[in-house]
Amino acid sequence: MTQFTFMDILRNLLIATEWTVILSLVSFIGGGLLGLLLLFMRIGKSRVLPPVVKIYTELFQGTPLLMQLFLAFFGLGLFGIDVPPWLAAGLALVLWTAAFLVEIWRGCVEAIPKGQWEASASLGMSYVEQMRHIILPQALKVAIPPTVGFSVQVVKGTALTSIIGFTELSKAGTVLTNATFQPFTVYGLVALIYFALCFPLSQVARLLERKMNVAHRH
Amino acid sequence: MSLIAIEELRKSYGEVEVLKGINLEVEKGEVIAIIGKSGSGKSTLLRCINGLETINAGTITVDGAKLAEDEAHLRALRLKVGMIFQQFNLFPHKTAGQNVMLAQQVVKKTGKAEAEAMARKMMDRVGLAEKFDSFPDQLSGGQQQRVAIARALAMEPMALLCDEITSALDPELVGEVLQVVRGLAAEGMTLLMVTHEMAFARDVCSRVVFMHQGRVHEIGRPEEVFANPQTPELQSFLGVNRAA
Ligand SMILES: Nc1ncnc2c1ncn2[C@@H]1O[C@H](COP(=O)(O)OP(=O)(O)O)[C@@H](O)[C@H]1O
Ligand SMILES: [Mg+2]
Repeated sequence: MTQFTFMDILRNLLIATEWTVILSLVSFIGGGLLGLLLLFMRIGKSRVLPPVVKIYTELFQGTPLLMQLFLAFFGLGLFGIDVPPWLAAGLALVLWTAAFLVEIWRGCVEAIPKGQWEASASLGMSYVEQMRHIILPQALKVAIPPTVGFSVQVVKGTALTSIIGFTELSKAGTVLTNATFQPFTVYGLVALIYFALCFPLSQVARLLERKMNVAHRH
Repeated sequence: MSLIAIEELRKSYGEVEVLKGINLEVEKGEVIAIIGKSGSGKSTLLRCINGLETINAGTITVDGAKLAEDEAHLRALRLKVGMIFQQFNLFPHKTAGQNVMLAQQVVKKTGKAEAEAMARKMMDRVGLAEKFDSFPDQLSGGQQQRVAIARALAMEPMALLCDEITSALDPELVGEVLQVVRGLAAEGMTLLMVTHEMAFARDVCSRVVFMHQGRVHEIGRPEEVFANPQTPELQSFLGVNRAA
């Protein structure tokens, strides 16, 4: 049996961290793009689309992420579609992230005072022009701190994908524990690495929030 | 032909009828004060004229065109009728100058240079030429309201609707805004103003409309309406106002 040194453990964990980062980025960017699309459907003037998006967000917010991962991994398998863990993990996390971002962003759009809609309407702007020039630029500024804050949840959410066999940081931790019988060292390091990923994000979110409260223009 | 003609206008919120058959004709160049108790429907009337509320019955005609609810008609209407709000509603992410330029560029497709020239002219007209690059939160309430007036004027409307535009201002700032409105009236702008400034209404307006419970309860020249109110409701409204 090979002996793992502390450095071996750390090196292996850092290699797996790469996958945690990649999966986080894919989820956040993919979820962001899908969330943006859903946002326009949600706040648009259509009769059909907003309730559809509402049901979508409630389904994804009202069920554990773990179940969503299982459904993506095993559920699609039932239809004869062979889903590799990375695909199921990416798919579920993108859908989950989008469901939360769309609600965060909708809140930001709705936080823009009614007077802004009325003033721009009274100047003759169409709905799209109001959105483009008045509402979204203001909502965007409000949205940045909570969006960055939510990215912490995405990073932590990737840990669950270990259960369907995607080899990211948590999964690597389990494998290394089984090989080394040093759970405290291994999971201690795993936790530290998650913290090193998340702490800067939450600090940035807090900083942005404070900055916005000081000067709410530009 | 009147510039604005309102016939049998009715507006309800749910079960509650707020405007109960309004008839009003406004000639070009008229300055009309709309007075009345809180809740009598004054704001709703202005908002209907600008298409911010959908109406339940009756017609509103502006410069010969009947108000309809599709976006193209609304846009055409709003190019003819500007609106100033109690809360100014400047765009906080834009400078004063950009506030005045934006709709010209977006709605009228005016070029940037031309829009800026117009904006500078209008900012000068409201006495704020030197505040062109200030953001709204760097301006006093009175200055913000004057920017809002400049912003509406830059669209070259035929009429302006003003809904209690001095009510959110500290008393010492009311004068500068009314001074601008007075100037507009003198230049022949058609104005419909909801106001509590009775002295101003008496001085500047050609007619006073007293609204009560969703109806035009009394209407006439200011000297008649103020000196010789016909209905007990107006008498009591003016009495209360005098006492206040
Ligand atoms: N959006 C709305 N929904 C329901 N009721 C409204 C709404 N806006 C105004 N009202 C009601 O309509 C009536 C007239 O309001 P308004 O036109 O604002 O009066 P005023 O400007 O004369 O004070 C009031 O009783 C008010 O409560
Ligand atoms: Mg009102």
